[in-house]
Amino acid sequence: MNPATAPRSRSEQERLLVIDPGADAFADFAIPDLPEFLEPGDALVLNDAATLPASLRVGEDLELRLMSRLDEGSWLALSLGRGDYRVPTEERGVPPALAVGAELAFGHGLNARVRAVDPLSPRLLYIEFAQTDGELWQALYRAARPIQYAYLRAPLALWDVQNAYAARPWAVELPSAGKPLRFESLFRIAARGVRLAHLTHEAGLSSTGDAVLDARLPLAERYEISAEAAARVSVAKAQGGRVIAVGTSVTRALEAASMSGTLRAGVRRTDLRLGRSSVLRVCDGLLTGIHEPETSHFALLEAFASRTLLERAFRHAERAGYVQHEFGDSCLILRGSLAARAAATSGTRPLEWRQTG
Amino acid sequence: MITGASRGLGEALAVELGRQGARLVLVSRRRAALEPVVRRIRTAGGEAHALEADLGVKDDIYPLAGAAAALVGPIDLLIHNASDLGPTPLRLLLDTECEDLERVLAVNLVGPFRLSRAIAGSMALRERGTIVHVSSDASVNAYAHWGAYSVSKAALDHLSRIWATELAERGVCSFSIDPGEMDTAMHRAAIPGADPSTLAPPEQVATRIAALIRSSVLPNGRRVDLNSIGAGI
Repeated sequence: MNPATAPRSRSEQERLLVIDPGADAFADFAIPDLPEFLEPGDALVLNDAATLPASLRVGEDLELRLMSRLDEGSWLALSLGRGDYRVPTEERGVPPALAVGAELAFGHGLNARVRAVDPLSPRLLYIEFAQTDGELWQALYRAARPIQYAYLRAPLALWDVQNAYAARPWAVELPSAGKPLRFESLFRIAARGVRLAHLTHEAGLSSTGDAVLDARLPLAERYEISAEAAARVSVAKAQGGRVIAVGTSVTRALEAASMSGTLRAGVRRTDLRLGRSSVLRVCDGLLTGIHEPETSHFALLEAFASRTLLERAFRHAERAGYVQHEFGDSCLILRGSLAARAAATSGTRPLEWRQTG
Repeated sequence: MITGASRGLGEALAVELGRQGARLVLVSRRRAALEPVVRRIRTAGGEAHALEADLGVKDDIYPLAGAAAALVGPIDLLIHNASDLGPTPLRLLLDTECEDLERVLAVNLVGPFRLSRAIAGSMALRERGTIVHVSSDASVNAYAHWGAYSVSKAALDHLSRIWATELAERGVCSFSIDPGEMDTAMHRAAIPGADPSTLAPPEQVATRIAALIRSSVLPNGRRVDLNSIGAGI
């Protein structure tokens, strides 16, 4: 499937593949149709993390990508070798080995020291910035760039990788499921009586360029669920509403926080992986991108729908010219979605999809 | 977040809101100019952080919004106080360079729009937030020589009204305030011969604005003339 090669600004051009696991069917729509698939009493849960500029350079031979913030000035970071963003991460050079104590100067007055090297890989580094407070954030925003993607036509600016409702810069890559959601749609969704809720999840790196490390993704990622959000989601659920997660990060956070049976508020880390054998306690539906079979995101989709249905839907999307990745088209997996729409729009006519699986 | 917080009304608002317990991000084009204000607030037991940004520069806006939210969390109160008068002495429109008008609009109008756009989405999602636009009587009166500044403030007032219309249902309030004439460096630059004894001290004006912001019913969508409402606020 082709990637979207640039950020898009017109939601009516962004496609929405709706998959109904109950009807074992899928159909083509566009993003402005999304509100019609949500019902009063449902909860739509967003990841409100803003995207950091997480890519730092030390000369030609070393790029550091921030992966996860550990405390005030300490981060887990990944080193990449020679090559710019046009070179896919797996083809980048071997980065120089960095020992504990190594000093790193990123320019713009930003410096860090290697505090530890992770036993999993010499490329996983624990670094500590020398600056603190406003000086640290100001220097980080000046010295770093957003993580770039080889399939894009032009480099991304910081505003290209922000969702419309983003607040704290926790995400190291764009939580891209939320990118097509503009306020025109969100206000319509809220006006239908759908509860909007949000959590914050740091949405870690999607790719490290190292097969061994990639197989371990996602590493433990930090998320925060406020008491208000936990209550909003729990009340929706208790009153028979459905919970629709926007993005795999939101799904992992909600499911990890409810392992005990109730959705708990607070700040935690999770490396929860979801797949076909997972029992979802909170999430009933998922709005996400178009994911290829054999990726970890696709595996998570299998918690919502059968592999055969997902594969059929993916093959259809490929043939129908859907585009994928950060700025690509979207997919809503929600049981009952197509059946309810057919009932609402077609009266007593038999179910008839624009395109069925 | 308070823009233009290194001096005048911005500084006075920072000190007053800091005293009342707000966690503050202060913005100015020069970080060094903010440091004494930050120190003063911290010494008094408050929390304040300094961030440098030029609101007339597009590339400065998302770094500012991101760094601010990293330091104090999602922004609940955004005060657009920074202003550019344009070249002084103030001049007639016929003597105003187009580039000077563009720069004034960039700082006084486009900058606040961009910054609100980067911050108000989170307010709308969280269903709380207040956006304050510091205006001027030049926004409603056509004074000779004040053209560029006047036009920018008139447009800022209307920007404020439209934010209010679009966001009211999501619990976000937007209004503008005409603080009246104050004894500030900006006023001295605009009207060098003014008698300071006829001008309000910015600290007094800041106290009234802070009270207005904390009042239970906010003047959503309104342009508040601070001199025409009772001294009680």
